[in-house]
Amino acid sequence: MSTPFQIVVCGSFVPDPLQTLEPVTGPAGPSLKNEMMLPAVLDPWAGHALFEAANLARKTPGSKVWLVSLGAKAKLQQVMMTVAQKAPFELVALDGPASGFTDSFETAAALAAAIDGIAGLDRARLLLFGGWESASRGACSTMQMVAERLGITEQFQGVDQIAVSDDGSFEVLERVEGGRHQVSVCTAPPALLGWATGNLPEPRNNPQVGMANMRTVMPALQRAKAAPIGNAGLAFSGVALPKQQRQTRIVKDMPAEEIAREIVAWMGEE
Amino acid sequence: MENVLLLAHTEADGSLAKAGLEALATALGLGGALTVGLVGAATQAAAGQIAGCGAARFLAVTGDAFGQPRYTTDAAAAEALCRAADCPIVLAAGTSRWARALPGVAYRLSGRVDTHATSLTSANGAPAVTRWFYRQRMEAVLSRTQRPWVVLLDPGCVAPWSSAGLAGGPRGYPACPTVEAVSVEPPATRTTVTGYQAPKADEQTIRPDAKVLLVAGAGWTKKQADGAVHAAEAEQLILGFLRKAQASLGGSKSVVDLTGEGEAVLHCMTHMNQVGQTGSTPRHAKGLSTCCHGEEPHVVGWRFVNQRRAINLDAGCGWARGKADVLYVADAFEVMRHVNALLG
Repeated sequence: MSTPFQIVVCGSFVPDPLQTLEPVTGPAGPSLKNEMMLPAVLDPWAGHALFEAANLARKTPGSKVWLVSLGAKAKLQQVMMTVAQKAPFELVALDGPASGFTDSFETAAALAAAIDGIAGLDRARLLLFGGWESASRGACSTMQMVAERLGITEQFQGVDQIAVSDDGSFEVLERVEGGRHQVSVCTAPPALLGWATGNLPEPRNNPQVGMANMRTVMPALQRAKAAPIGNAGLAFSGVALPKQQRQTRIVKDMPAEEIAREIVAWMGEE
Repeated sequence: MENVLLLAHTEADGSLAKAGLEALATALGLGGALTVGLVGAATQAAAGQIAGCGAARFLAVTGDAFGQPRYTTDAAAAEALCRAADCPIVLAAGTSRWARALPGVAYRLSGRVDTHATSLTSANGAPAVTRWFYRQRMEAVLSRTQRPWVVLLDPGCVAPWSSAGLAGGPRGYPACPTVEAVSVEPPATRTTVTGYQAPKADEQTIRPDAKVLLVAGAGWTKKQADGAVHAAEAEQLILGFLRKAQASLGGSKSVVDLTGEGEAVLHCMTHMNQVGQTGSTPRHAKGLSTCCHGEEPHVVGWRFVNQRRAINLDAGCGWARGKADVLYVADAFEVMRHVNALLG
């Protein structure tokens, strides 16, 4: 059996995908209209990373999972009520913006400092998890910079699978062009894994896990340090919703054969 | 305009891929002096491929260790090229390889990075990046004061640079340029790339360069008019269409999630195929949606699909609300049987 891992997952919340989003621009730059009122969920890719972390920790006894989350405290608390029932973890909360318009460089600095401050974290056994994308900024750069700040240079992005061997090495499947996976073997931690969707379904809510988590979540939220993200040097000259609205032609009562002919003709058009 | 470094990695055959040539076209459009930085096991052929592009300098980090797409070696090579070129703007294609490595390089250089750029243009001498936020829900134009500014350009956004019309040299290109070797000691790494795997499906269904995207929704796996599920036939129809039309396959979240939920599944469908808010945003000229309701979280993945048609039994589905050009209210099984027959 391999050495237990210390798995740190970075992830925050995003607006519920079913919500209509509208940008507004204020003195501090762009944000979402009524951002604090929008229902929020854990970012889907961060969610996959958390579920994979919990699965790996379950299969590797002695492992531990932390969730490092940067967001407005009130929103974090609301999202944690659901997330805490999915997987066992210890929360490290940072009170700051989770907006899509915040800069990844400064966000990475805040996250790396928080990870650096985790008492007793063994860097030699550290697996840093996060999403390779996000449903807000989609910066695809935050985790790489967090890892660099922590001195982690074995990095993988678009990960769909990790398989740990008895000798502690692990095989990683990363998404690459053309719908393929690149297969790599890393001999030992520390390493960064930026997760795509993985292969695990979302775990069912487990109230017992939720109860155990909430004992540490609430104090963590109370202890959350302020993490202002300044966006220094970054200027937005415009943020707009796409304007294209199609005039949909709705075709009813047309025989299937005729529809097929129309589709084939359309496919052949330049 | 500020000087620009274009970073490009070679493919297994030593050439530059289309995405790299697209980034080159964008770099040339900026107007600043261009330096090309190449990384790969061998780089001379790639330099020859773009010899006539007008770059002021060609730099290269070459060696077997730099042939593998891997963070440690790619980051070391890119960092060395950036330092040698000393350009304030660094542009690269948003390939999986550069997307993995360049954000860390930006940090090492105390610079900043923006990925998923759809354009990088110069307005009054100042570069500005256009990119989408909230998964293609809103588009923004941004600029930065920090340098170097590393920008990764999404593939498929601009026409690739072409040597057509240039004076002929070997294989139709001008003579090979002088390439300055940048020496980099391969850093110690614990990672070895051991190979590639296609997704767990019978055949390749993801074709980024296909003209047509076929999207299948969960409706294919539900009970049909006869009260039975026909997942096997659905799969046959879908794969038959893909084969005949050389189309690419996409799926809604609900259909790819079925695999993990133990329901009737389409074996050709994996999470790699997922299109939408939590999936990919492919670029295809045309898209045909089948058995999918066209709700917003899915349709944001169609942002770069130009012509859209849908087949659905529900005339009030999301596609009818300005999201498709044409909605056929019909049984997709029946229509696709005929389509496949017509395609031969």
